[in-house]
Amino acid sequence: MEKTLLDIKNLSRFFTIGKGQILEAVNGVSFTIHKGETFGLVGESGCGKSTLGRTVVGLYPPTGGQVLFDGIDVAGNKTHAQKMELSRRMQMIFQDPYTSLNPRMKVMDIIAEGIDNHGMASSRAERTKMVIDLLHSVGLDEEHANRYPHEFSGGQRQRVGIARALAVNPDFIVADEPISALDVSIQAQVVNLMKHLQETRNLTYLFIAHDLSMVKYISDRIGVMYLGNLVELADSDELFKNPLHPYTNALLSAIPLPDPKVERTRSRIVLEGNVKSPINLPKNCHFCTRCPRKQPICEQEIPQLKEAAPGHFVACHLVK
Amino acid sequence: MSKTLLEVKNMHVSIHTDSGVIQAVRGVNFELHESETLAIVGESGSGKSITNKAIMGLLPVGGRIDEGEVILNGRDTAHFSEKEMNTIRGAEVSMIFQDPLTSLNPTMTVGNQITEMLMLHKPGMTPEQRKARALELLDMVGIPNPEERFGQYPHQFSGGMRQRVMISIALACEPQILIADEPTTALDVTIQAQILELMKKLQKKVNTSIIIITHNLGVVSSMADRVQVMYGGRFVESGVLDEVFYETKHPYTQGLMDSIPNMQLSNQKLYSIPGTPPDLISPPHGCPFAARCRYCMKVCEKIQPPEFTFSETHRASCWLYDDRAKGVF
Repeated sequence: MEKTLLDIKNLSRFFTIGKGQILEAVNGVSFTIHKGETFGLVGESGCGKSTLGRTVVGLYPPTGGQVLFDGIDVAGNKTHAQKMELSRRMQMIFQDPYTSLNPRMKVMDIIAEGIDNHGMASSRAERTKMVIDLLHSVGLDEEHANRYPHEFSGGQRQRVGIARALAVNPDFIVADEPISALDVSIQAQVVNLMKHLQETRNLTYLFIAHDLSMVKYISDRIGVMYLGNLVELADSDELFKNPLHPYTNALLSAIPLPDPKVERTRSRIVLEGNVKSPINLPKNCHFCTRCPRKQPICEQEIPQLKEAAPGHFVACHLVK
Repeated sequence: MSKTLLEVKNMHVSIHTDSGVIQAVRGVNFELHESETLAIVGESGSGKSITNKAIMGLLPVGGRIDEGEVILNGRDTAHFSEKEMNTIRGAEVSMIFQDPLTSLNPTMTVGNQITEMLMLHKPGMTPEQRKARALELLDMVGIPNPEERFGQYPHQFSGGMRQRVMISIALACEPQILIADEPTTALDVTIQAQILELMKKLQKKVNTSIIIITHNLGVVSSMADRVQVMYGGRFVESGVLDEVFYETKHPYTQGLMDSIPNMQLSNQKLYSIPGTPPDLISPPHGCPFAARCRYCMKVCEKIQPPEFTFSETHRASCWLYDDRAKGVF
């Protein structure tokens, strides 16, 4: 069994949005991430996947539950040294490479910010060398260091964002939709770069996305979220071959495949309606309003995540 | 062959900006036939949206058609005045956009936005007839409770529902051509599936020709009859759906296909096209794709490749198909 790097236990994150209303963005999610693996998290907009990612790195304090990173509680009381340690070992890559880089800083300083904060360079020359090495490792050139973010294309900016995350030698990176703002040919470049960096630097990823085909390509295991709950979790090949939850089924069937012959013969499960509002959710299966296989019990009880096959977990009343 | 509705001949579009003149579209030729779906595929900056905005007369400030003709129902509309274009937009050609929230008017009820279209193009209708038609349209695009929804504002609708509203406005006057510019890019996959099904259903019902602009090859394969691949302001390959997908000729099209992961396979290696698209302020002299092409030859960098024909419908612009390039791949 691989070593567990991140242990998420019954994690919840609610937001109060006034008038006594509560938005349950993440509700009782538990899973673990092993060292060196890529865990893919998929779901539609509003399902809580980004909130989960942010809570995991400690950008949001959890409402309930715990995130243990290598045994340390991310939200718990820590000494200054522990906090610094944690912020060095966990990094994040953001979706929008246009708004996540400070437009008034040069790429050199953007990348070196973490190096400075953690006192990792002993001299100016060493700092410059570290930044240049990082630029090379993400496929950019030395002369890019003295430019501002607006001088780069979307794909190049995302590379800068990756270099910034790598600057402090992290073990774990949360990548929140890192490719969805990029063009198809550039997406493949960035994903291949991330895979390459994972192999050379022994990184662990939490890869959040809504593009299932790309998630399958990069992930070892995949979790599917729906309205704050984890509804299915399995190895990536297993999830695509044998999806158990009706939502996962519908999600896979909704993706148009780039193959005209398959598309012509395929029958698609088109879900009716929209995702429910995540405000003041009832205590039942949240997918029951759109589920094509709904039973009376689905409207009464919250299904629990249980192991249906070895390593394959699903939260559905219909799966015995 | 069915009737040709739209013919674009050797169109050049440039956009004058502070940093220089962008040669966004550099000589494109294509036709659109009755009740077919044509997909235009390309990355951002390839000129796919500008081509269609030029047809609609909706070029951004500084943009103009320098050369070429847009023949719509037998007349050249490339240099029509704004007033003349107003009689065409909505009535003969309609457009739906990527982001339904910013393309609907937030201060007008959805119902008024639909009846406005009817008011402009069908002056003979009474207010009652217009409302009845609007309700019928809302029902047709699958919006529940049209009566109640008629008086609501765009912010009261979800993303998928807003796109349905956009479609109902676009189809209000039964245009012959519907241009859909990335209609599902901003939507979630399950909602995307709903909208694509709806577009297919409506096309059969009202017999409209659709030009769908997208970068998603999955959407192309589920919607299109014909495909044209655009790169650096030109069409690099065009053909019937199966020809482009199964007998791919142009290295750029091939690269695009190879850079999408296949969901049926595991542990495949994903190909990525190196580099970035060309800067169209100073476009390359030769093939626009030369700098990123795995088969690039000397001639590619110097001279723009001619169009080679592989079947009645299948064409590609690439020097690899010249007799002198035999054996390169």
